Amino acid sequence: MTDTQPKDTTESIIKITGMHKWYGDFHVLSDINLEVQHGERIVICGPSGSGKSTMIRCINRLEEHQQGQIIVNGTELTNDIKNIEKVRAEVGMVFQHFNLFPHLSIIENLTLGPIWVRKTPKKEAEELAMEYLEKVHIAEQAKKYPGQLSGGQQQRVAIARSLCMKPEVMLFDEPTSALDPEMIKEVLDVMIELAEEGMTMLVVTHEMGFAEKVADRVMFMDYGEIVEQNTPKEFFDNPQHDRTKLFLSQIL
Amino acid sequence: MNTPQQPSRAYLAAPIRKIGALAWFKDNLFNTWYNSLLTVLTLVGLWFIVPPFLKWAFIDSLWYSSAEACRDIEGACWSIVPNNIKFIILGFFPEGQEWRPILAMIMLLSLVFYSKERTRWNKRLGWFWAIGLIIMGSLMYGGLFGMPVVETAQWSGLPLTMMLSFFGMVAAYPLGVLLALGRRSKMPAIKTLCVVYIEMIRGVPLISLLFMSSILFPLFLPDGMTIDKVLRAQVAIILFTAAYIAEVVRGGLQAMPRGQYEAADSLGLNYRQTMRLIILPQALKIVIPPTVGILLSAFKDTSLVVIIALYDVLKTTKVTLSNPKWTGYSTEAYIFLAVLYFICCYAMSSYSRRLEKELHTGH
Repeated sequence: MTDTQPKDTTESIIKITGMHKWYGDFHVLSDINLEVQHGERIVICGPSGSGKSTMIRCINRLEEHQQGQIIVNGTELTNDIKNIEKVRAEVGMVFQHFNLFPHLSIIENLTLGPIWVRKTPKKEAEELAMEYLEKVHIAEQAKKYPGQLSGGQQQRVAIARSLCMKPEVMLFDEPTSALDPEMIKEVLDVMIELAEEGMTMLVVTHEMGFAEKVADRVMFMDYGEIVEQNTPKEFFDNPQHDRTKLFLSQIL
Repeated sequence: MNTPQQPSRAYLAAPIRKIGALAWFKDNLFNTWYNSLLTVLTLVGLWFIVPPFLKWAFIDSLWYSSAEACRDIEGACWSIVPNNIKFIILGFFPEGQEWRPILAMIMLLSLVFYSKERTRWNKRLGWFWAIGLIIMGSLMYGGLFGMPVVETAQWSGLPLTMMLSFFGMVAAYPLGVLLALGRRSKMPAIKTLCVVYIEMIRGVPLISLLFMSSILFPLFLPDGMTIDKVLRAQVAIILFTAAYIAEVVRGGLQAMPRGQYEAADSLGLNYRQTMRLIILPQALKIVIPPTVGILLSAFKDTSLVVIIALYDVLKTTKVTLSNPKWTGYSTEAYIFLAVLYFICCYAMSSYSRRLEKELHTGH
């Protein structure tokens, strides 16, 4: 495998073809095909256990697939991949439970990646970090520790932490599911701003308002398959499959 | 966007708690008939134990007398300690050279004391330690600047105890961490090796390890080759302690949520960076209390080296007691020793509590 090739913006940033995954004997993902263009925003929804989180976790190889092909930013994810860190550095990830590093202050959480992975000088990394904290409206908390922040604030810090790596694409794994209702909006607002700036995003969420507002494509998964995908308008107004209709009737 | 609005409602003061000694006694010691009974029994017990002890230890006691003077008193003969302090502390270190181990011990203590502050944990401190250790080693062994050589066989008493326990702990800790990481490794060879090592060492008592190092091990060495006896004991203590540390640290590693690994992975940190920057700082902090427990017992277990004829501070005390002049005063001598051990152990555990507090970041 060669290093990531020089970027060609016409080429799709993520390309998944015929991907299958098993947990033991359990066939958790079946024949996944997905192509994501630069700047595209995709919302993935589906009942719990449908494999949507597993699928996006395969994209930065937090989970390994057993069959098929995943190409991220020109690099194929294989079992003998040597430079997985390089691929991961280009793919930001935001988790349901934030996963901030509790022993480090907010600013240290943000500068860790740039300093150790990108080898950015400390001072420069701190300036970058402050810039992104500014962006998620939380600069005044830089010196605090994650345990001292509310859930919504922590999730915004987590988003800023990923952005500090200047990723090509951002993955969101149910970013608002662990939040109290009054904190969901502040996180979604940040994500909307991000989308407006043209970030490539894959978002697993049940926030259908968000999907309607920013998604280029909404995708419905059930039993480890992509059941259907469409523009938000078509998806919500005119769902094709019975399973999609059932799901939408349950959550809307 | 985060300015909380002060609602306009009455804020009541918290109710005043009852204070005063009498109220406290009534609430805590005499609140039921059985608690009252227990309180009375405890007081009676203390009355029978404490005053006689104080009388023995302080009122009827002698502090700086000859052994003969002690024969005529009822109380404690603390004189055994000042009269034999040189031998108890320094053992067989040659006459006239006593300043050397004393200076070495002072240096070690000052370095430990200086290293207490976490803000000083940097490269410079490493150099301090490197230079300090070289000086301490040359002070003890000699052979430089006209200091006569003192073979390790003559190292004894408190310097020996301090050396065995200090280096035992300092070397065992990183070794234990590596073993814990190895035991969780995905590579089967490394994992098996670590499991076998840990289980084997934990399966035998320290005494048998010390015996092996002093009796069995030399049999396997080629003719004419010897390895210093103190060094062998030191290595045995390190290997023994490391196995226990490894299991404690493994517990800490297992307590780490998977999300921490995933967050580190998704930033593109590699295994070493993840461990060093994310996992170990948190895991080692979680296991400070049990780790300190192991270090304390390692410190106290160094007294087992008597069985391979090394004279640690416990053994030098015993030798003092075998002198017919002082034979009857073992209680006093052992109390002195207990206080010595207690001071060291208490210092360690209170430092660990402080460290825990400092590292607490509100999660």
